[in-house]
Amino acid sequence: MNPLSGLQKIGSVFISFLETAGKLTTFTVSGISHAVRPPFYPRIIIHQMMDIGYYSLPVVGLTAVFAGMVLALQSYTGFSRFSAEGAIANVVVLSITRELGPVLAGLMVAGRIGASLAAEIGTMRVTEQIDALTTLSTNPMKYLVAPRMIAGITMFPILVLVADVIGVFGGYMVAVYKLGFNPSNYLQNTWNFLTFEDVTSGLVKAAAFGFIVTLMGCYHGYNSRGGAQGVGTATTNAVVSACILILSFDYILTEMFFAK
Amino acid sequence: MHATSSANPKISLSAVKKAFGRKVVLDGIDLDVAPGESVVVIGGSGTGKSVLLKSILGILKPDSGSIKVDGEEITRMGSSDRERINNKFGMLFQGAALFDSLPVWENVAFGILAEKRVNRDEAKEIAIQKLSQVGLISDVADLFPAELSGGMQKRVGLARAICADPEIIFFDEPTTGLDPIMADVINDLIVKVTREVGATALSITHDMASARKIANRVAMLYHGKIIWAGPVEDIDHSGNEYVDQFIHGRADGPIKMAVRA
Repeated sequence: MNPLSGLQKIGSVFISFLETAGKLTTFTVSGISHAVRPPFYPRIIIHQMMDIGYYSLPVVGLTAVFAGMVLALQSYTGFSRFSAEGAIANVVVLSITRELGPVLAGLMVAGRIGASLAAEIGTMRVTEQIDALTTLSTNPMKYLVAPRMIAGITMFPILVLVADVIGVFGGYMVAVYKLGFNPSNYLQNTWNFLTFEDVTSGLVKAAAFGFIVTLMGCYHGYNSRGGAQGVGTATTNAVVSACILILSFDYILTEMFFAK
Repeated sequence: MHATSSANPKISLSAVKKAFGRKVVLDGIDLDVAPGESVVVIGGSGTGKSVLLKSILGILKPDSGSIKVDGEEITRMGSSDRERINNKFGMLFQGAALFDSLPVWENVAFGILAEKRVNRDEAKEIAIQKLSQVGLISDVADLFPAELSGGMQKRVGLARAICADPEIIFFDEPTTGLDPIMADVINDLIVKVTREVGATALSITHDMASARKIANRVAMLYHGKIIWAGPVEDIDHSGNEYVDQFIHGRADGPIKMAVRA
């Protein structure tokens, strides 16, 4: 066996990594530049907003309510050992707005929207519909990618705001009806500890995650190759890469907001 | 050999090369298409016919060589010029490539709506008129592509290709996947509509019946090169054994089919 073949393998993996990074960067830049320049496609943007925002509400709402409930229950079992039960409201609201709201909603919607975008655009690619757009005086980046990115960036913060409210409400339900807290005290505690920055940092994260999910869905769909199997691979890659990017950017953004 | 037929060709390719990795697909293509002429490029599967078409459409970028449309070099064009050139084109895709999220009439009128030449009501009227040109009744206009048969989808694709009155129409394997009778109907329609629009046509196919019907001139692509080109009447006595083998569909001859990809 050639002693250099291992080295060769490392080299080729490295080169293909750089190639993908370059392709993704070009795609991102082109997507953003088309999203901010006319012509816009309001009908498609509104349609995508409905799909990404409105139709994701049930799944995001359910995730948030259970997250809030579990959070209240878990922190009660922990905090009661130090007689610090009073901090539950505080813990629930901070965790939900800063962290769990955006991340859980992001991951759930990555599964829902990332997959459907990749499958839709991937099918359009393999059936030559994307080429057909080009021959019909329409730029596919502008017609397909830009409206979905705009819808993702605008709808995710709204979804997360809803998730925040529902999540806190879930915590409240468990605290009041199961653990016997005084309702007005609990709400008072929730409100007192919450700062403006807690909520806005979560919403900024949400916008970033919306960008990531739509970008990954569009990118993998747009570059899918080779029929049904290619579209399947694109769908998987879109969801997996969106989830990993969401978790890593969550750390980066948290560091930017709170590491002072 | 240079397949020239006119002093001012509508489309002119010279020495066009394109490779994917180590696989050379187009190896120096020279081809001219005169205004109003219908050229059919024939060749087996995997000889680079689709790559040739996509290079002219700007979907693929050739590695070297020149492609001119109306005398304008298009291989190094910016995107706005490119869009202007693309407005001259209409294309019928192999699988029709209809947008399945849109009703038939919006598919047909997609190009003219994108160029904002008309409002939606006018566009629908034009679409219905184009549909009747390809023999479809107006009831079809509000259906979705998935509700149509393969032959009807091809017709809608054809109506979409001619809707913006293009100067040049490309046909990518127009009869593939159709039964012989429907294939003949589509061939007749192609001849009829290109004449009505007055367009130049460039088609690729491996269906000889189709090529004989729609071509003024035939060019044969083999191993990335045009190995023969001439008027369709000459195809039966081309004196080229590759062409003879292909038009008679014989398994043995100078062309060896690659069994492995």
